[in-house]
Amino acid sequence: MTPASVLCLFFVFLVPLAAAGLSLINTGLGRSRSAAHAMLASLCVMAVAAIAYSFCGFAWQGFAGGAAHSLHVAGKEWNWIAAEPLFLRGRLLDGSPASLAVLLQMLSAGLAALIPLGSGADRWRLGASCASAALLAGWTYPLFAHWVWGGGWLAQLGANYGLGHGFLDAGGASCIQAVGGLTALSVTLILGPRRGKYPTYGTPAAIPGYDAVAVLLGCFLTLLGWLGLNAAGAILFTGAEPGRAVLVAANTTLSAAAGVLATVAITGVRFGRPDASLCANGWVGGLVASSAVCAFVTPAAAVAIGLVAGVLVTFTVAYIEWPLSIDDPGGAISVHAASGLWGVLALGIFARFPDHVSGQWLAQVVGVATLIGFVLPLTYSLNWLLNRLYSQRVAPEGERQGMDLYELGAGAYPEFVTHNEEFTQQ
Amino acid sequence: MKLLGVLLLAAGWAIAVAAVVLLKTAPERGAFVVAGIGVEVLGLVLVVRAHQPAKGEGE
Repeated sequence: MTPASVLCLFFVFLVPLAAAGLSLINTGLGRSRSAAHAMLASLCVMAVAAIAYSFCGFAWQGFAGGAAHSLHVAGKEWNWIAAEPLFLRGRLLDGSPASLAVLLQMLSAGLAALIPLGSGADRWRLGASCASAALLAGWTYPLFAHWVWGGGWLAQLGANYGLGHGFLDAGGASCIQAVGGLTALSVTLILGPRRGKYPTYGTPAAIPGYDAVAVLLGCFLTLLGWLGLNAAGAILFTGAEPGRAVLVAANTTLSAAAGVLATVAITGVRFGRPDASLCANGWVGGLVASSAVCAFVTPAAAVAIGLVAGVLVTFTVAYIEWPLSIDDPGGAISVHAASGLWGVLALGIFARFPDHVSGQWLAQVVGVATLIGFVLPLTYSLNWLLNRLYSQRVAPEGERQGMDLYELGAGAYPEFVTHNEEFTQQ
Repeated sequence: MKLLGVLLLAAGWAIAVAAVVLLKTAPERGAFVVAGIGVEVLGLVLVVRAHQPAKGEGE
């Protein structure tokens, strides 16, 4: 392995920390009586996603320059899906860029599948979340990721139609975050709100998360994970030199910092004091927005992008809850879908390339149109079909008891000790 | 309304992609791609409204 491959492998090894951070955030923003369920669901979803992606995901995503199916439209080649063998057959996992991409994608698919768990908290059955994760990691994610990172038609918009360098996304603001966020929107719409969230009279009930410390600890872990994700993505998918990882790390950190400070300021002014859960969302929103742009913008631009992400998250969280009446306990739609789409657009606005090509903004807008107009209907339809075959929402009794007791048979925080003597003496 | 919303989402995407393929100049392409996103937003509004819970549902 070359030193660059070793460095890239180190970055990939950081990615599970992003998953740990997101799991803690999702769990902390839910209710304590569903805490063990939320963490177990995160673990199971990562497991299902890794296997589904290995089984068929990489076969459909591929790697730029690999085997693929193409259509010919108006004299141009439209590369729409890869044609690799199933279950990684014939793929040498030897430290080559393609093998590092397999490993990164296996973890990234899990990261995308974790995102909807925040939206479905307190009412999404474990089996249904695993089935939904299999659909996401086995089909939706690889298809769109092929278009962006596998040499697909979005990546070729530059070569075929003169739109800048084609659609660009270094760390997965579109492929991972927006795809996961739009799936979260679909799942939330299909599941419906938690019981008691929208009463007959008055404004929606506030159902605060049970553990702000877990949420904020999760934020620190996500930073480490995102540093790895963005640096590995920039090297593997945009051809950045390993030394550029320093710029990537600086931009990622600055964007997150600006995102959280924007949220602290806004919530401080609106509510009289900062709101911990919204500030955590602002932090992750800044990280998400940085994923697209981290390798292409200056640190000053990264701060501006993070600031906008923080503002966007704060206002979309409120707007989604009311008046749209979408119950998203983890704020995943705002944090991952809205900030992801903003990051993609921000690349078209702020990125500067040495060759001064034009039309990059239009390539990015076409990418956004594809996410909203293709990925959202696809993931909505798949989850709707799944819901017809296997009800995704837990029974009313499960919501009353809490997901821990109802689906796992035990709570996360039992407040009693059972001694054997109590049974043997009777 | 859900189906109409989903169809509008897909139609907006088709407009955006068709604009890139069929049109030649950047302003024309830009205008039609943005129009396509406008159609998508309309579809998104319909899908969301179709799922809005009735007042007091599930209390």
